[in-house]
Amino acid sequence: MIVSVASGKGGTGKTMVSTNMALALGEKLTFLDCDVEEPNAHLFLKPEKELVELVTTSVPSVDESKCTFCKKCSDICRFSAIIVVGTNVMVFRDLCHSCGGCMVVCPENAISETGRELGTIEYGQRDSIRFVQGRLRIGEAMSPPMIKKVREASFPDQLTIIDAPPGTSCPVIAAMNGTDFVLMVTEPTPFGLYDLQLAVEAVKLLGIPAGLVINRCDIGDRKVYEYAERQNISVLLEIPFDRKIAETYSRGKSIVEEMPEWKDKFLRLYRDIELHLERLKETV
Amino acid sequence: MKIAVSAKGTDLTSEVDPRFGRAAYILIVDTDTFDFEVIDNSNNSKAFKGAGIQAASNVCERGAKVLLTGYCGPKAFDVVEAAGIKVVSDMEGKVKDAVDIFLSGNFSYTNSANAFAHW
Repeated sequence: MIVSVASGKGGTGKTMVSTNMALALGEKLTFLDCDVEEPNAHLFLKPEKELVELVTTSVPSVDESKCTFCKKCSDICRFSAIIVVGTNVMVFRDLCHSCGGCMVVCPENAISETGRELGTIEYGQRDSIRFVQGRLRIGEAMSPPMIKKVREASFPDQLTIIDAPPGTSCPVIAAMNGTDFVLMVTEPTPFGLYDLQLAVEAVKLLGIPAGLVINRCDIGDRKVYEYAERQNISVLLEIPFDRKIAETYSRGKSIVEEMPEWKDKFLRLYRDIELHLERLKETV
Repeated sequence: MKIAVSAKGTDLTSEVDPRFGRAAYILIVDTDTFDFEVIDNSNNSKAFKGAGIQAASNVCERGAKVLLTGYCGPKAFDVVEAAGIKVVSDMEGKVKDAVDIFLSGNFSYTNSANAFAHW
């Protein structure tokens, strides 16, 4: 089972919810920090680092002695990553999405694969939690291939919790796609609502069951609640705007360890996800 | 000789578009006859990335030898340079005025990009 924690809006509490749920469970599970542009779950889980692995993605390399400058490669590329000008073939490695299309269409077999460094994947352990995070190379623009690599680390017969990046574009899709449940974290503000709506639309397209955590639930207004009700999305947990929670989090400590009353709430959150999925199975 | 000019409109009285890759149009002007061809760059100008590369490729294909524009980014510059096209940047005013400046010889070619990527 894979639970992804996503939000739409940044800074709503994805990492707080995902790390605390993992710590509350205290069972064997894998935690994947897929927010590869700014991975920060390690600050709260404090895993012991065991292994660092370099990740590359394939980009084309052209043997100009074989090239007839037919332009089939540049015609198929949607990202202008390979272009033929006169008798020059230019590859813009940072624009390449690694689809391999240019290699397939080249009639002269003049294109081969070479690597572009995406970043690193770091593996570690914190008690029963196996921790894996991606860290995108500074300057690298494309995170989805990196996120897909991080996701390969999940074990099919074990719970995986994914801390997804914010937004609703390709990186989030890469982090949520194919997961069993999306836990969406939002706040009851106009920004929280607006971005939640975008995220809900994305989750619907992917056909993944979803539930809601409302963080700082006692600020703002009721519009997020009204929206959730209209969309038939259950609110599984509410977290108040509490000074102690904020202080604990700002010191890199976990809420479930510093404020034991929260351990039960995060455990219940996970059990509610399980219940939700069981009920869905029954109705099918 | 054919020269390319980035333009906000479709004729010689249009303003020079200061952007190259994301210009509305690119005019290919014959400097002997002042006949011109219009490249609609609108698809390109909406591209997420690589707009300059495509615009540069289009200019090469139309056989232009010189590009007059406001700002040219690094990737576009690499492509036009590879195609042997010379660039005159910081152009402004109407397309016709830009062509006149080129014909008067009162300009200098630029030897590097004068805008950052994603300008």
